[in-house]
Amino acid sequence: MIRTLTGALALAILTALPVQAQTKLRVGVEGNYPPFSMISPDGKLSGFDIDIANAVCAQMKVECTLVQQEFDGIIPALNAKKFDMIVASLTITEERRKAVDFSDPYYDVPSRFVAKTGAFTEATPASLKGKKIIVLRNSPRAKYVQERFKESEILLVAKETEVYLELIAGRGDIAFGSSVVSGEALLKKPEGKGFAQVGPTVILDTTAGAGVGIALRKGEDDLRTKINAAIKEIRANGTYKSLADKYFDFDIAPKS
Amino acid sequence: MIDWSIIAEALPAFAEGLKTTMMLLAISCGAGLVLSVPLAVARVSPHRAVWGPVWLFTYVMRGTPLLVQLFMVYHGLAQFEAVRESFAWPALRSPWFCAWLVFTLNTTAYTTEIFAGALRATPSGELEAARSLGMSEATIYRRILLPSALRRALPQYGNEVVMMMHATAIASTVTLVEITRVARDVYYNHFAPLESFGVVAVIYFVLTFGMAGLFKLVERRALRHLRPTASGVA
Repeated sequence: MIRTLTGALALAILTALPVQAQTKLRVGVEGNYPPFSMISPDGKLSGFDIDIANAVCAQMKVECTLVQQEFDGIIPALNAKKFDMIVASLTITEERRKAVDFSDPYYDVPSRFVAKTGAFTEATPASLKGKKIIVLRNSPRAKYVQERFKESEILLVAKETEVYLELIAGRGDIAFGSSVVSGEALLKKPEGKGFAQVGPTVILDTTAGAGVGIALRKGEDDLRTKINAAIKEIRANGTYKSLADKYFDFDIAPKS
Repeated sequence: MIDWSIIAEALPAFAEGLKTTMMLLAISCGAGLVLSVPLAVARVSPHRAVWGPVWLFTYVMRGTPLLVQLFMVYHGLAQFEAVRESFAWPALRSPWFCAWLVFTLNTTAYTTEIFAGALRATPSGELEAARSLGMSEATIYRRILLPSALRRALPQYGNEVVMMMHATAIASTVTLVEITRVARDVYYNHFAPLESFGVVAVIYFVLTFGMAGLFKLVERRALRHLRPTASGVA
């Protein structure tokens, strides 16, 4: 009886300990999503996501370590406690909500199609029939084209930057990517000459109300409240705007 | 603990991935085997002009990682306008062709060295006997050197094939959906490491075991004369 009690007590102490001590956090980031997340040749991380992560941590007065992780293992790594939150341009979707919790959105930009100038006048299932669409694997955008463009071929790649490498290489006919990243990784670069946006920008999921949020493990409501407060605060005190102005000449703040 | 429903749902994808893995292995090792026999003969040639180029080829291929070689062919060559407009582009455009080319060259380099080593290890008595019978160099290769060298190389060659099978996972980096890629997708979509990487590990293990067994059988037949006997090693 006493043994069970001490055992239970020890267990209670062990499980209680990590909750109170949250002055240090690890943040999962990605690194292949310019200008949100980039790795410079000397291995340094930079970009809007990185700045937001640092600003939110500073606002919460916690010490953060950034952990770089490839995109398609990033949510499992969060749940495996490799880090405590993800700031990696994760679009808030119903599917991801089943695995993780999201903060309030911290930015919101649409997607768009990009192809050789003049190759297409519009991006509809009919005009892309039999064509090859390049899109990031396991992303909401991949799901979007797989559901709507059933008569097109789809080339799934592992990194957002590879979407544009493959488009330049001609391994697909049209790329579907973030409206900002496709500018940064392709259209604004010399290699992007001769490529242009096709049709209007696309909003993936109007029902989720979405945008891009910070992901954290399910049930960590204390941390989520703190993060939401920090996002609200940096948006109010001008930090957010000064960071956004470093990268964008338009407003990327979520409408809500 | 294990969610069997995830595994059951992913099985068709794993089956498709397995086809890709086995196909990659078969076409690379097949072409590699055909290429490496003549290259091994050239490698042991007494003439520098003959063995030099082969040495350089195996040295370079064995001195760089397979992943880097694949990236250089798949992403590197595609950067050049001249390559994209050349006659070779329809082939180089395909991830299958790039993977096949690189895997073949890579395994050819290793297999060439394995066969060349076995050729060098031929007992000199066998050669002397062949020469004293008046056999020509070509006949010696055909009747004495190659048959005994290829047999002696079997255990090492078996290893090379198994290593190559594991190396096919690298094809997943150029959009080919082989079993490692399937495992990563399952991992990402269900956030379940055991049901994804656990399953793929078991598949690789079974494949390795099967292949090792197959090579053991062939060795038993081909190396019967080298087996220990009651009176010691024959």
